[in-house]
Amino acid sequence: MTETSDRPLVEISGLCKWYNDFSALYDINMNVARGEKVVICGPSGSGKSTLIRCINQLEEHQKGTLFVDGKEVRPGMKGIEQIRRDVGMVFQSFNLFPHMTVLDNLVLGPVRNRGMSRTKARELAMGYLEKVRIAEQAAKYPPQLSGGQQQRVAIARALCMQPKIMLFDEPTSALDPEMIAGVLDVMESLARDGMTMIVVTHEMGFARRVADRVVFMDEGEIVEVATPEEFFTTPKTDRAAQFLSQLLAH
Amino acid sequence: MTRRTPPPAAPRRRLTAVDWMLFLLVAAALGYVVWRVNAVLVYNWEWHRVLRFVVRIDAETGQWVANLLLQGLFTTIRLAFWGTILAAIIGLIMGYWRTCDSLALRIISRTYVELIRNIPPLIFIFIFYFFIASQAFPALGLNNINTSSPWVDNAFFRFAFGDPRLFSNFLTGLICLALFEAAYITEIVRAGIQSIKKGQWEAGRAIGLSRFNLLRDIIFPQAVRKILPPLAGQFITLIKDSAIISLISVQELTFLATEVAASTTKVFETWILVGAMYFVLCYFFAFVFARLEIRAGRSHHR
Ligand SMILES: Nc1ncnc2c1ncn2[C@@H]1O[C@H](COP(=O)(O)OP(=O)(O)O)[C@@H](O)[C@H]1O
Ligand SMILES: [Mg+2]
Repeated sequence: MTETSDRPLVEISGLCKWYNDFSALYDINMNVARGEKVVICGPSGSGKSTLIRCINQLEEHQKGTLFVDGKEVRPGMKGIEQIRRDVGMVFQSFNLFPHMTVLDNLVLGPVRNRGMSRTKARELAMGYLEKVRIAEQAAKYPPQLSGGQQQRVAIARALCMQPKIMLFDEPTSALDPEMIAGVLDVMESLARDGMTMIVVTHEMGFARRVADRVVFMDEGEIVEVATPEEFFTTPKTDRAAQFLSQLLAH
Repeated sequence: MTRRTPPPAAPRRRLTAVDWMLFLLVAAALGYVVWRVNAVLVYNWEWHRVLRFVVRIDAETGQWVANLLLQGLFTTIRLAFWGTILAAIIGLIMGYWRTCDSLALRIISRTYVELIRNIPPLIFIFIFYFFIASQAFPALGLNNINTSSPWVDNAFFRFAFGDPRLFSNFLTGLICLALFEAAYITEIVRAGIQSIKKGQWEAGRAIGLSRFNLLRDIIFPQAVRKILPPLAGQFITLIKDSAIISLISVQELTFLATEVAASTTKVFETWILVGAMYFVLCYFFAFVFARLEIRAGRSHHR
């Protein structure tokens, strides 16, 4: 306990990833401290998704080292499930299980991975559904919910594993504008509770309010790391400045 | 009238005069064919001689018992039942292998599918029968099972597998049929698994499910719902294809019908009757599957 809790929750160094010959990530170095909130932004195709998906090994990296909570994460390793239980992930397209009720979506992980009893898992799940303000929909099936509701369920499903860190991959990009606020609210309250978070998003307001650091990526590399205030007002690199001007033009 | 007024009832579908004309035309054409055939053949219809082979009165007990054709139908039903289960299991495993990361498993399942799909069923059955069943079964001791052992000589066994003395014969036909149909089920299962979006796999992995749990809880339940219609079609095909097993002397409906037709020389009556039996059987299963599909659809809440 003592040794690992001093270490950053996520330690990435020299990480590289290729798709065939295409270099998707190159020499990524990044630590995320416990309780820290990091926002990653950058142009489409810059490797943001690939980077956070390496953390729970939905994508395998080919070079470099990766530690989560002091445990080394290696491609193709045995017992990756033990790492994944500590790393919650929320996808752009929700990816709820459409053939299960909302409650069963939440219960599945704790029961299968943590060996929790169904009764206990249900209690836990109802608690999180309460937290994302959607408890009254517990018995429904995901396709019956709106996009914003589905994304909140997806957040609750990830939380139900009681992870140490939450990864968000453009959680509001697939939502109708009027649904975005509800999801961002939930994420902000999660941040206030002290959850460690890495969020890929272009929601500048959210980044300003929540992020401790903004990481700007381009062409598979980390180009700039700054506080949100610095990054959005006085970006250091031309590439970041250009990206921001394009973002604001919309 | 307000917004809340229910919509007017949809008019019932009615047959129009044109429809009736069409029916009449078809009936007339059929009638003409029958009339011509009768005129040419001067055939003497003797249904009772064939119907005797459906049920007969047992001379000793004086009770009605199943005769050859009904026995054959029962064997066909047994073949259909066990064949469906066996083919579903093989198809599920092979279909999963078709989608595996392991190259070896993919090669094995692909070879299996291509081999069976590209050989005429008849040839496959002969090869299987003469080279495999006649060699492998004796080696496994399956072709002379002890018919008086309590495992075999009981009411359940007779109900489920028929006459114990014909068991190895039945088993040959069953495995042959299942292997043959499972190749098609393999492809249906593969398509079903591949139709599940990548996001479902990823979400399952992200909450730390093992591969086995992921398949059991997420992938298969969704895939099975999607493939129910083609699967049902394939099971009906299995029943119809079971007729081909008659060629390796499995005593199912078609095999026994051949014997009845030969001994009575009442060819028309026999095959019309047997055709009707197959129709009823297949139509019944089609009905059951359609029901299952409706139920599965209802629980999916799309
Ligand atoms: N499975 C894949 N195969 C090949 N190339 C991929 C694959 N996934 C992503 N890429 C490429 O890697 C780059 C980074 O992708 P991604 O991480 O999704 O970018 P971002 O999330 O920043 O938009 C893109 O150029 C994309 O085309
Ligand atoms: Mg992305």
